[in-house]
Amino acid sequence: MKQEFKIISSLIGKNSKILDVGCGNGELMKFILKNISNNIRGLEISKENVQACIQKGLTVIEGNAELDLGQFPNKSFGYVILSQTLQAFLKPEKVLFELLRVGKKAIVTIPNFGYWKVRTDLLFKGTMPVTENLPNEWYNTPNLHMCTIKDFVNFCNQRNLKLTKSISLSGNKVSHITRRNLNYKNLSSELGIFEIEK
Amino acid sequence: MNKIDNLNKYIVKEVLKLDCGKEISNFPIAYETYGKLNDKKNNGILIFHALTGDQFPGGKNPITNKEGWWNYALGPDKAIDTNKFFVISANVIGGCMGSFGPSSINPKTNKPYGSNFPVITINDMVNAQNFLLDRFNIKKLFAVIGGSMGGMQVLQFISNFPNKAEVAIPIACTASHSAQNIALNELGRQAIMADGEWDNGNYLQNGKSPSKGLSVARMAAHITYLSKKGLQEKFGRKLQERDTLKFGFDADFQIESYLRYQGSVFVDRFDANSYLYITRAMDYFDLTKQFNGNLSDAFKNSKTKFFIISFTSDWLYPTSENREIVIALNAIGADVGFIEIKSDKGHDSFLLDVPDFLSSVKNFLNNSYKNINETRV
Repeated sequence: MKQEFKIISSLIGKNSKILDVGCGNGELMKFILKNISNNIRGLEISKENVQACIQKGLTVIEGNAELDLGQFPNKSFGYVILSQTLQAFLKPEKVLFELLRVGKKAIVTIPNFGYWKVRTDLLFKGTMPVTENLPNEWYNTPNLHMCTIKDFVNFCNQRNLKLTKSISLSGNKVSHITRRNLNYKNLSSELGIFEIEK
Repeated sequence: MNKIDNLNKYIVKEVLKLDCGKEISNFPIAYETYGKLNDKKNNGILIFHALTGDQFPGGKNPITNKEGWWNYALGPDKAIDTNKFFVISANVIGGCMGSFGPSSINPKTNKPYGSNFPVITINDMVNAQNFLLDRFNIKKLFAVIGGSMGGMQVLQFISNFPNKAEVAIPIACTASHSAQNIALNELGRQAIMADGEWDNGNYLQNGKSPSKGLSVARMAAHITYLSKKGLQEKFGRKLQERDTLKFGFDADFQIESYLRYQGSVFVDRFDANSYLYITRAMDYFDLTKQFNGNLSDAFKNSKTKFFIISFTSDWLYPTSENREIVIALNAIGADVGFIEIKSDKGHDSFLLDVPDFLSSVKNFLNNSYKNINETRV
């Protein structure tokens, strides 16, 4: 999703040091490298994706975010990005706190399970939702911990994590999520993009 | 041995102080080059060889008449592209392919050094090869690359000369030889020294050859270069040119015959004393200890970009040990990439036709070279 990349990039200061956790095939890193900062590296669990990153000339470390973030010193990155991966971890809470230890700021995006299409799928079809952002069936989804935007906002508030930016993305429509419009954005957003500080 | 006299050699005039305390000077380093050094002199790659390698990673080895040991990786349009890069490879000191080693003649006695050769270390090997860069007037290499003991030399080289290489690729190696590594090397050394023909290391001057001991050492080592799965798939329990077991100690099984063959061809090209000295150098290698237990400190002055590669089935220098290096580099915010290549071919994977490995090296080198040249224009 190109729009997501643009929003993430707009949050990042020029030439900052960046870690992309779960960087996949490196498309986001490539975008940032070209437009924002060449001081970026990725952590990726899939060998195939690591190969793809190397082919693109990106710096990538094969590893598992749940085990391998420990090797990075405190605040060693300006930004740590986690794009649509939080829901796939066994312990998302632990990973989130690791992101905030390693980075001064974390940028986390989550596919919103509260999106109206997801809700209607379940309501009318009575089957687990399959959408553009959630393309897998219940039996082969890597997503272990789906949440809604509202869940995530509450989660951060309960732990005193500062959401310095909260952005909603629906199609190509970008808007801000506020305390007032949270219920509505929780229904209308496909994706939530958050900048978090501890 | 006349053929060896004709190899390219650089005589190091300077004094090199070895870790053992002895000093050497006026000693030869045998080397080979591939490709062409460009005008900017920024396309140089130094390749370090493994325990039984030599200065002929590519092309044809003029001594053995066999293809170079890294033939899959090095050559025109290959992973290490000799159309693009100028590759230098040297025989390590302690070796037996023309560099200063235990089979060299001691001018004081006119006899081979044998056991009187000084004990050398990975650090000594790297310091000796660094002199070779003067021969080509190269201030900064594009890359240093090596697998196994060659990888240890890559790590030591960057530690000793932090800004002499743009990129470094240590492959299937370790920053510190483990107890298991030392044990396996000791097995090989004992096999050589138990051969009466070894003659306390003086076999060359006494017209003897500890080929049985050296052959057993090679057989034992060879097993450690392969994986259990690889061995099982290639040999299983297949019999060697016979239909039934012979109830004796002949090579009934193909794996036995294969190992015997590996041992027998090895003794034709390798010196037993070199085997002792080089395995010792590997055992003494502990870069972490050189920096008082903090491996990160070995690299803290370097801006070199690292790319570390391990193999899933390598149990000699397993992924976990390669990852220690990645962790140490990340701890100081160094530029480091890492990949574990899936392969059933064990430690030897780096020498074999493993497409994912070869394409990773190729992509990393070509992209890094492009970046360096673009940012400098």
